[in-house]
Amino acid sequence: MLQFFEKLGGLTLYHVNQAGRMGMFLLSSLLCVFTPPYKISPIIKQIHMIGALSVFVILFTGGFTGMVLGLQGHATLSKFGAEGLLGSAVALSLIRELGPVLTALMVTGRAGSAICAEVGIMRISEQIDALDCMAIDPHKFIMAPKFVAGIISMPLLTSLFDVMGILGGYVVGVGLLKGNEGAYFASMYDSVGFKDIYMGLMKSFTFGLLIIWICSCKGFFVHMQRKASFGAEGVSRVTTGAVVLTSVAILVFDYFVTSILL
Amino acid sequence: MNKVPIIQMVNVEKAFGTQKVLRGVNLTILEGKTTVIVGGSGQGKSVIIKHMLGLVEPDSGEILINGKDINRISKKELCDIRMQFGVLFQNAALFDSMTVFDNVALPLRERTALSESEIAEIVNDKLALMDVPGSNDKYPAQISGGMKKRVGLARALALNPKIVFFDEPTTGLDVAKSNEIYRVFFRSQAKLGYSSVIVSHDVPKIFKLADYVALLSEGVIQENLTPEEFQMSTNPVVRDYVKATMGTLYTSENVEEE
Repeated sequence: MLQFFEKLGGLTLYHVNQAGRMGMFLLSSLLCVFTPPYKISPIIKQIHMIGALSVFVILFTGGFTGMVLGLQGHATLSKFGAEGLLGSAVALSLIRELGPVLTALMVTGRAGSAICAEVGIMRISEQIDALDCMAIDPHKFIMAPKFVAGIISMPLLTSLFDVMGILGGYVVGVGLLKGNEGAYFASMYDSVGFKDIYMGLMKSFTFGLLIIWICSCKGFFVHMQRKASFGAEGVSRVTTGAVVLTSVAILVFDYFVTSILL
Repeated sequence: MNKVPIIQMVNVEKAFGTQKVLRGVNLTILEGKTTVIVGGSGQGKSVIIKHMLGLVEPDSGEILINGKDINRISKKELCDIRMQFGVLFQNAALFDSMTVFDNVALPLRERTALSESEIAEIVNDKLALMDVPGSNDKYPAQISGGMKKRVGLARALALNPKIVFFDEPTTGLDVAKSNEIYRVFFRSQAKLGYSSVIVSHDVPKIFKLADYVALLSEGVIQENLTPEEFQMSTNPVVRDYVKATMGTLYTSENVEEE
């Protein structure tokens, strides 16, 4: 019985410590974003890694998400004779909800995992210790460019996803199912307002921050995991954990951001 | 004789989980001298270096660098102290996504306001001192283990540090490569005059470099003596270590000169 409480206490302390570490990590990294000197080239390199290299997968998934929305939306709306509202349904679903969430999930899988593994390998091969010993702040040198790049890339990728999704919906709803071309865009123009765009952008900012925060933090503290294991196994375990945690956090924060902005 | 302490560890204790690694370490590193820390594997020699670097915090005790406890100073002060450090990690810890040149240039780019041409001059100087010719554009994965260590040492010396730490500088290298590392160590120390702390298993060869040898055993520094005194010590733990690693009595004079 005593052993049970010891384990429970140990687990609680571990998670409290981890939450504290993650909080301090975020604060230190964000502080470094605003601390000079400001170097552009590492940020551009990270935007390329997080943003540019994700463009194809975002266009692809965005297009097909829009197409399936077109298909489902047409089937549902036609029951009520409201096929003309397809453009509005597709655009609102994408801009307010699916665009930011699915983009974030795709970026987590593609770039978040890579960031976690990269930082984790830097930790286990003592590269981060080497930075510390050279009096170079790892938060400034490694993390700050990733945070800036994540916050810049995510809204842009989300916008691409939305545009491709709307086009995908158009191809299916108008091209394949012979819906009304004018009605598709007119209903979209009528229903989508600044508030919807704002909500989508706020979500993408939040998710960008979440992805970089959780993934880089997990890699940064790979040596402090409860079931500590160094080497490739430790990095792979922590990367999987980071992707799962980030994906769950995106859906949880999606609810809270939506409830605040609605 | 110069006997100014540059690093002092006072009653340092450290446990990892239930395993107590350091049980009250007292060690003084003197300015301009080379102190070699020896001991069996897993005794915590690297942990001592990590304490001195401020990478690990002790459970109790003090680590004083130039009289300042590095665990009770601000981040800025710790940064200033670390500016005097150069570290050669066991696996060199080179940044694998950067070329050899960029690795050595990194501390200069990040910590100084030098122009690229001045940085290039310093980097080429350091790499020449380390005998690493024509590898500027190679990545760490493309060079040998011995070369990695030399590039690591070039990077450690880039800012002309006052104290250089070597964590097992010759582990994993053959005799010829080890001798190369010792040669560049001699040459660079003669030129730059830094104090050094070396953790090594390469006994008795490493004694040739040492001004002082400290034995870590059972979580404490058993002795910190000159190599000759160390070999003649009457401390039974030291005597056992000397016997186990060197066999019969060893003196530095009869080591074959390189």
